[in-house]
Amino acid sequence: MAINRDSNVYTLSFAALMVVLVGGFLAFVSMSLKPIQKANQTNEKMQNILQAIGIEETETVSRDEAGAIFNDYVKRRITIDYNGKILSDLGVADPINPQDKLDAFNIDIRKEYSKYIKPIMNANKGNDEKIKSELANNENIHFPLFICESNGNKYMVTSCSGKGLWDDIWGYIGFESDGKTISGAIFDHKGETPGLGSVITEDWFEKQFRSKSIHENGYSAIQVLKPGKNLDNHQVDGISGATFTGVGVDEMMGRSMEVYYNFVQSNPKVLN
Amino acid sequence: MSEETKEALFSPKNKKLIAEPININNPVTIQVLGICSALAVTVQIDNALIMSIAVMAVLVIGNVLVSLMRNAIPSKIRIIVQLVVVAALVIIVSEVLKAYVYDVSKQLSVFVGLIITNCIIMGRLEAFAMGNKPWASALDGVGNGFGYGLVLVIVAFFKEVFGSGTITIPGFEKFHVIPQAFYDMGYENNGLMLLPPSSLIIVAIYIWFQKSKNPELIDEHGS
Repeated sequence: MAINRDSNVYTLSFAALMVVLVGGFLAFVSMSLKPIQKANQTNEKMQNILQAIGIEETETVSRDEAGAIFNDYVKRRITIDYNGKILSDLGVADPINPQDKLDAFNIDIRKEYSKYIKPIMNANKGNDEKIKSELANNENIHFPLFICESNGNKYMVTSCSGKGLWDDIWGYIGFESDGKTISGAIFDHKGETPGLGSVITEDWFEKQFRSKSIHENGYSAIQVLKPGKNLDNHQVDGISGATFTGVGVDEMMGRSMEVYYNFVQSNPKVLN
Repeated sequence: MSEETKEALFSPKNKKLIAEPININNPVTIQVLGICSALAVTVQIDNALIMSIAVMAVLVIGNVLVSLMRNAIPSKIRIIVQLVVVAALVIIVSEVLKAYVYDVSKQLSVFVGLIITNCIIMGRLEAFAMGNKPWASALDGVGNGFGYGLVLVIVAFFKEVFGSGTITIPGFEKFHVIPQAFYDMGYENNGLMLLPPSSLIIVAIYIWFQKSKNPELIDEHGS
């Protein structure tokens, strides 16, 4: 054979050529599939928000349909900070602009938690007052809020994000026009144990939240209890075998819903 | 890879290349490769199916590519070359899943990426594709991929039925196989079945069954 395949020159050239070819090809694949992947994510988010309203028309909306009907239901997209200050307020007439970081639809609720909220919570473990005051002082933390309308009834879809047993969990929670009674809930997770923690995405778990209230002489957090207990108007059954995922849902709901509760208390008009 | 495996798979009959890995030379139950993902992605049948298809795709294409290049690959860096081929294919599979079967890609999450570390793939590339023609290598990939998938789906079937009482087939609604009456009478899903250790038990029972059906697999001399 003319070429000595054991020579260093051959080995190095082979490696270099391979890296360039493979790298180029992967870049090409990634670039050409990116728009489809992005659309999947956008549609999924729209689907989640629509389903969280908790009304029949949007309950079974598929991911692909969600994009088309999103604007029929979601009338206002509001971004607030921890203190309830409105940072952005967009309507149907304003198209979703991926560049507008303050558009409620563009807020990455998982990132809000992992980048801003989690460090504060970890640094002040056990000191709830300190956590609250630091959250209130951090202007980077944004909470998206969607005002939806169906058959003349107004709904508010809020979001929450936190940590389960293994990784991020998050969800969208819909409220009736009183801003206190939950009308629907959608949860999702990144890596909870399949069949155990992952059950938070199943219907029976999500539907338990419906018509529960976050109001009782002021704010009252929704509690996720161990399964089998007697439940009052602020409590839901947890999942057996997934205690920590339940604790995570409990924590993120309690922390996030308080922000929206306070917001509605001081801005009752948004739901009129 | 052991010497015996090499010999058995170097036999000329192409049919054997597919048939053997499915049964008497199964990568999971006989060679005990790729066990890690067999433990992890077998909670639901649909995940196991998609995972098997993904592994098979990577295995077949990887085998063919490495086989085509086998005379050009410098022996000093052959493992690295194989790794690059596998890694590139896995990234492509992962991107394609994200674009076209988004829900499944979410469920499989990290396990798609972990196909790279699936010992079956590197094992087949090194033991077979490096020394065989592309067609034989493709068949070998199909056989081993199928053998892997078969075990995965069988394990997933038992885990899902006893762990969740359901069967999920891609494209269909969840099918409840345990009637509600059983639950009313006090039957409960077995939580252990949803966790990785139960796969070991099922795989072990599978090996027991397989060996009792194939006496030639029993190592009479002991070890």
